Amino acid sequence: MQISGAAAPAPPQTGLDYGPPTSGSFPNSGLYGSYPQGQAPPLNLAQGHPGTQPSQRSAPPQASSFTSPASGGPRMPSMTGPLLPGQGFGGPPVSQPNHVSSTPPQALPPGTQMTGPPGPPPSVHPSQAGYQLQQNGSFGPVRGPQPNYGSPYPGAPTFGSQPGPPQSLPPKRLDPDAIPSPQLNELPPQQKTRHRIDPDAIPSPIQVIEDDRNNRGSEPFVTDVRGQVPPLVTTNFLVKDQGNASPRYIRCTSYNIPCTSDVAKQAQVPLAAVIKPLARLPPEEASPYVVDHGESGPLRCNRCKAYMCPFMQFIEGGRRFQCCFCSCINDVPPQYFQHLDHTGRRVDAYDRPELSLGSYEFLATVDYCKNNKFPSPPAFIFMIDVSYNAIRSGLVRLLCEELKSLLDFLPREGGAEESAIRVGFVTYNKVLHFYNVKSSLAQPQMMVVSDVADMFVPLLDGFLVNVSESRTVITSLLDQIPEMFADTRETETVFAPVIQAGMEALKAAECAGKLFLFHTSLPIAEAPGKLKNRDDRKLINTDKEKTLFQAQTGAYQTLAKECVAQGCCVALFLFPNQYVDVATLSVVPQLTGGSVYKYACFQVENDQERFLSDLCRDVQKVVGFDAVMRVRTSTGIRAVDFFGAFYMSNTTDVELAGLDVDKTVTVEFKHDDRLNEESGALLQCALLYTSCAGQRRLRIHNLALNCCTQLADLYRNCETDTLINYMAKFAYRGVLNSPVKTVRDTLITQCAQILACYRKNCASPSSAGQLILPECMKLLPVYLNCVLKSDVLQPGAEVTTDDRAYVRQLVTSMDVAETNVFFYPRLLPLTKSPIENTTEPPAVRASEERLSNGDIYLLENGLNLFLWVGASVQQGVVQSLFNVSSFSHITSGLSVLPVLDNPLSKKVRGLIDSLRAQRSRYMKLIVVKQEDKLEMLFKHFLVEDKSLSGGASYVDFLCHMHKEIRQLLS
Amino acid sequence: MATYLEFIQQNEDQDGVRFSWNVWPSSRLEATRMVVPLACLLTPLKERLDLPPVQYEPVLCSRPTCKAILNPLCQVDFRAKLWACNFCFQRNQFPPAYTGITEVNQPAELMPQFSTIEYMIQEDDLQALKESLQMSLSLLPPDALVGLITFGRMVQVHELSCEGISKSYVFRGTKDLTAKQIQDMLGLSKPAMPMQQARSAQPQEHPFVSSRFLQPVHKIDMNLTDLLGELQRDPWPVTQGKRPLRSTGVALSIAVGLLEGTFPNTGARIMLFTGGPPTQGPGMVVGDELKTPIRSWHDIEKDNARFMKKATKHYEMLANRTAANGHCIDIYACALDQTGLLEMKCCTNVTGGHMVMGDSFNTSLFKQTFQRIFSKDFNGNFRMAFGATLEVKTSRELKIAGTIGPCVSLNVKGPCVSENELGVGGTSQWKICGLDPTTTLGIYFEVVNQHNAPIPQGGRGAIQFVTQYQHSSTQRRIRVTTIARNWADAQSQLKHIEAAFDQEAAAVLMARLGVFRAESEEGPDVLRWLDRQLIRLCQKFGQYNKEDSTSFRLSDSFSLYPQFMFHLRRSPFLQVFNNSPDESSYYRHHFARQDLTQSLIMIQPILYAYSFHGPPEPVLLDSGSILADRILLMDTFFQIVIYLGETIAQWRKAGYQDMPEYENFKHLLQAPLDDAQEILQARFPMPRYINTEHGGSQARFLLSKVNPSQTHNNLYAWGQETGAPILTDDVSLQVFMDHLKKLAVSSAS
Repeated sequence: MQISGAAAPAPPQTGLDYGPPTSGSFPNSGLYGSYPQGQAPPLNLAQGHPGTQPSQRSAPPQASSFTSPASGGPRMPSMTGPLLPGQGFGGPPVSQPNHVSSTPPQALPPGTQMTGPPGPPPSVHPSQAGYQLQQNGSFGPVRGPQPNYGSPYPGAPTFGSQPGPPQSLPPKRLDPDAIPSPQLNELPPQQKTRHRIDPDAIPSPIQVIEDDRNNRGSEPFVTDVRGQVPPLVTTNFLVKDQGNASPRYIRCTSYNIPCTSDVAKQAQVPLAAVIKPLARLPPEEASPYVVDHGESGPLRCNRCKAYMCPFMQFIEGGRRFQCCFCSCINDVPPQYFQHLDHTGRRVDAYDRPELSLGSYEFLATVDYCKNNKFPSPPAFIFMIDVSYNAIRSGLVRLLCEELKSLLDFLPREGGAEESAIRVGFVTYNKVLHFYNVKSSLAQPQMMVVSDVADMFVPLLDGFLVNVSESRTVITSLLDQIPEMFADTRETETVFAPVIQAGMEALKAAECAGKLFLFHTSLPIAEAPGKLKNRDDRKLINTDKEKTLFQAQTGAYQTLAKECVAQGCCVALFLFPNQYVDVATLSVVPQLTGGSVYKYACFQVENDQERFLSDLCRDVQKVVGFDAVMRVRTSTGIRAVDFFGAFYMSNTTDVELAGLDVDKTVTVEFKHDDRLNEESGALLQCALLYTSCAGQRRLRIHNLALNCCTQLADLYRNCETDTLINYMAKFAYRGVLNSPVKTVRDTLITQCAQILACYRKNCASPSSAGQLILPECMKLLPVYLNCVLKSDVLQPGAEVTTDDRAYVRQLVTSMDVAETNVFFYPRLLPLTKSPIENTTEPPAVRASEERLSNGDIYLLENGLNLFLWVGASVQQGVVQSLFNVSSFSHITSGLSVLPVLDNPLSKKVRGLIDSLRAQRSRYMKLIVVKQEDKLEMLFKHFLVEDKSLSGGASYVDFLCHMHKEIRQLLS
Repeated sequence: MATYLEFIQQNEDQDGVRFSWNVWPSSRLEATRMVVPLACLLTPLKERLDLPPVQYEPVLCSRPTCKAILNPLCQVDFRAKLWACNFCFQRNQFPPAYTGITEVNQPAELMPQFSTIEYMIQEDDLQALKESLQMSLSLLPPDALVGLITFGRMVQVHELSCEGISKSYVFRGTKDLTAKQIQDMLGLSKPAMPMQQARSAQPQEHPFVSSRFLQPVHKIDMNLTDLLGELQRDPWPVTQGKRPLRSTGVALSIAVGLLEGTFPNTGARIMLFTGGPPTQGPGMVVGDELKTPIRSWHDIEKDNARFMKKATKHYEMLANRTAANGHCIDIYACALDQTGLLEMKCCTNVTGGHMVMGDSFNTSLFKQTFQRIFSKDFNGNFRMAFGATLEVKTSRELKIAGTIGPCVSLNVKGPCVSENELGVGGTSQWKICGLDPTTTLGIYFEVVNQHNAPIPQGGRGAIQFVTQYQHSSTQRRIRVTTIARNWADAQSQLKHIEAAFDQEAAAVLMARLGVFRAESEEGPDVLRWLDRQLIRLCQKFGQYNKEDSTSFRLSDSFSLYPQFMFHLRRSPFLQVFNNSPDESSYYRHHFARQDLTQSLIMIQPILYAYSFHGPPEPVLLDSGSILADRILLMDTFFQIVIYLGETIAQWRKAGYQDMPEYENFKHLLQAPLDDAQEILQARFPMPRYINTEHGGSQARFLLSKVNPSQTHNNLYAWGQETGAPILTDDVSLQVFMDHLKKLAVSSAS
């Protein structure tokens, strides 16, 4: 720990990159900063504990609201205050503190000068120079000089229009109305008084993550108890499957769901499960056992068709079983009969995975196969754009070179020596070139199909080949492709016909498979699926904004449907130099369970590593093909809505042409009847798929949840990360149909209702001015704010339409861990802890005021990776990390750290590698120097701060939420 | 009438022309009473060693509607430097320093191309075809342009200029494309360029663009050889019970479109090699289900050939386009079953291309035939010519009724075009896209001179045939043939006309008319028409007492004619029984283009007998000629049959030919073989060679041709030991003649 106050960032006026007049330009820049040092904090944080409230049944009586310590003094961990018995540290889950309450700002003495329109980032008063001990142990400016992105920007036209020193404005009482919020940005300036809220006093994601890590990371999570809330996604833990599916496969927004729809409606807590059916497991956990029920196929309930699972009740001495989902009584087939023990359990329960585990697989019989025929092994088809742009950027050469070795690493099943997957190659610009790479040929043969209006596959035998058999021909082809098109002058490309061709090829070969498309430009050549440039930034913030996310033509939807029918998954690698209409191009990958990768302005030198790494990972990924997923539930609730990369032709079956280990499906449930508190609610997710060796299988995940009649039980068993995953996906789908503003309002309203319901029904009575949050949801406001100000919902000026569409579709299939870090990036200080310390350094909150200019930080959100270098970092550190003599010599925007033989360099590079290994996409490193131009880019990810595009800071948003809640309560 | 025979022979040798009548009835009325129309068989490119081309422009009659070419029949006033056109009697000035001549030529700048299409079903068959194609490459002049299109389920146009990876453009076999689309897809259409740029770039661009698909042989010899070497069977699996998918229609369409876009009006051949019927797309002849057999005559009669009309239309459209471009299409169909020649026949018939039908590409029938296409004349030039137009001019007493042969009308109406059509009429000009020295057209005329406007004694009618064509040496040439014949008054000079009757030419010309009718009419109707014509001819020219059939006589110049008609009635050109539609089309194709001698062989096959009783001799095509101690050699044009009589066969079986003391037997066996070889050497297409003996299954080829004078019905009645009975209900020549006489002398008809 170090006190770094002396090295605080220079005042705004001096920082060239902070833009013109800083505090002066913002009438309200002194919003929080005008308090004399040492004055009592404006915010009274109170933390409630269940015991104090009658409505909370099970928690021990303890803890109540308390006032947070005066500012300036050392602080306790903000959430819990003085440790009281049973208050969540290491306690059983049920006894977790489940809510936090905070007093509203206006409960405190007035005195803040109100300085104009609310909303913009509070710029610190120059006179303030105090630093407070942070809850996570680091020091930083309480309110460091906020970045004053002084120049007016479209999102907040009123900012900066009222010059004048903040001090000159008359003081006003803090009023919730004045709390900045995205919605209020455009309100006429109001002069209100506010108290300063101490950012350390509001719930900290970092603290919550750390606490969970400490409390739950050490012991394995055993899934034998119904309705158990698993540790957070950020916690490393082992799972022992004892009857319920691992949280790696399924996570729910709540593990205790209301028995009736009335209660559920009251709470407004979405009931959703985030399912990742083929999730990768750590090596310590065994992958699901494969069960073979022989010719008769898996045992199922006759009525609801649910698969045999540990919750099925065997009765009548084992001769029959009652379905746990629909209560139908079924006969046990003779070959499956087994006696029951005295508890009514089958004697062989522990010998059979389907009777003792939460997740397992069945071997499917021929009835489960298309056309009643066992599938052939899938195929991969590489379809390479060879237009001028692709050749010039060096992409084609790079790709062909890489493919030569990559083909050795196609996914294979179990211990198979060789992958069963066959490969094929197509190049294209305005026309398509198929290649015959039959092993008997001396040279590959090219077949040109120029009838793009009516695509077809010119050959079958020799197109899809076994890699090892056709090795020499393939190598020869990959050698020649870059040469053949070296002098191309063709700039136009087609797109839909390419997918069509791949799909037709699979159809002709009667197999499922995956297409890898490498595409550079907007497909403007005359062909089906031809697109025009329709990028229009003027639409932003209008009712027509949604068109930017919609596909330009319905042709791709139709094409996707055909692809799904054939089990043709499309992975798209984009290398655009300008607008390519990602919204339209990603329709097929999105609906077929493929991934989209985008490398804007691709240059081999800069982007090679990222692209190749993504490509390798995508090619090697385990994929299930031609899959159908069905989620069955206990009578009383029903899966009603699905989010993710898939296609649905009816309301229940999720059809996935391909499903890889990273793809997640979020499922929302609604009540259609009463649930029974005693029997709980069961979920069974069944995924029928073809493995990469061509085996047809069923993967079953079962999860039992509790049911409650009391709202408090619901709120105690929620998972905010999962909730955010659902809400983000819900909102990101919403932008297709509604104006973005409506979508944001809906989110805020729902969130406010959730919290208000809690306050009304579960929290102990307290002053109306107090903000009380359920313990499980205390991060909901901060995370929701991150969603609201994400590029999709509130784009900055530098965010392109393509970027928004790209992010939109990425989020759609993210799992909880990915959305968590994507919306709230991890910011890791690198030089705080001793070099010898090998564990990952504890993260700090994503706010500029947490950065010390004498340190180096690493920021990642799953897609981006920044190394931020403070201006006053010790020379020795600079030397050992960058091999240059001083800060000024560091190249800004550097993407590779020099390989140096010293502990710090090794540690940092090691850390970067390990971060990359955790993510499904390669994160390109960007070195950002403090006060450098690139810092803007970096600051975009400091999500607790006010964003350049008008997104509220955490504090402001929390205040706004509070106002909303109060409005609902009154 | 030896003099007339000599005259006819001389005319044929000199001009390649044979008329049905060599003295012409001088009025329309009389001409129609002659029954056999005034017509001629013209072999435009008849090879003549003594005919050197002249090197300057022809001299034309100056009358715009005439433009006849100066010919030896014109009256020339040498002093006045004038010549009188013998067609319109226009007096024309000679150009300076001109001497009369019949043939001129002018330089041409483009060369012939060959475009090749191929496909095969069987691996070894494909191999054989590859070899043939490779052989053909070596026979082509080095600067001839060639291209390659292969087809199966898809159609591939191979790019021949590329290095490294072989490249081809693939088209769906089920979709017909316009020439424009094909050119766009092959990248042949000129890219849209700004105006001024386009103008300057165009001239160089044209050869450059097309060169990707059509390349001079010498440049891509190796390339093409490799390409052919690597050709595989169609890489699409054929499921059991299905025919392989074959997109012949689209492949042809693409070949036509490619040439249309690159070399219009330049000589070119599209050679289609197919191993089975088109089974998909436009032009499909049969579905791919093996259980539905390809259409038979029976199906056609019952209107059960569901693809026939549509397919025929497709190929007719292609044929007409090809003809308009001056290209020709050859079809080499080798398969055991039918290949759709019936539907595709117009492609060859209209464009003057070859049609070859065989069982397999691995037979010498195909190989030799194919090789013969590339045979060369004494100057080392290919015996083929391209893009010919034939113009016929007549003196005013005559009009042109039409032609029958491998040509297409150019629709040039003129004063000498008759309104009554015989064959392809309504025009005085025809296009013959591909022709060789034996290509022969039947040209039909109408005498229009009115009965009341007699032609003065000694008047002559004249006809001029002007054939412009691209010689295989790439020169553009014009061949002019002018003939004249005397007019005669049919009332007073019938004897002259009768004596000048060329019964061979007349038989062939009538046969062509009959076959032409058979393409569109029901078989029995055609036979009835032929019979009626024959009876009328006999009534007109026979000498007889009414109602007394025994008194019936025909003069020498008519005596063979009824026999020709008898055999014609039994020929595969008119009888479809026992022939598939494809076979009929194939036979008719050749009948419509061969010269008189070959045509006669087709109508009435030649039979030679070899025995110990004397030197080989021609014998009657009669079952009575089949004797046990004879070897017979029959030439039907399409088949050469060697038949060993019963005794001969037994001797051979006993191995006498291997005994030195029976060397004469060995010689006897050898003699017909040698003679057959001689025929085989010269014939195009190569005939099917059948070596059989008494009782052999292949003997049916002989038995079906001979006049069934002895059948199972009358064998014992005849009580003869010689000859072989034919199991047939067909009437014999004797019966036929008896009926003919009876009808001719009957006053009822």
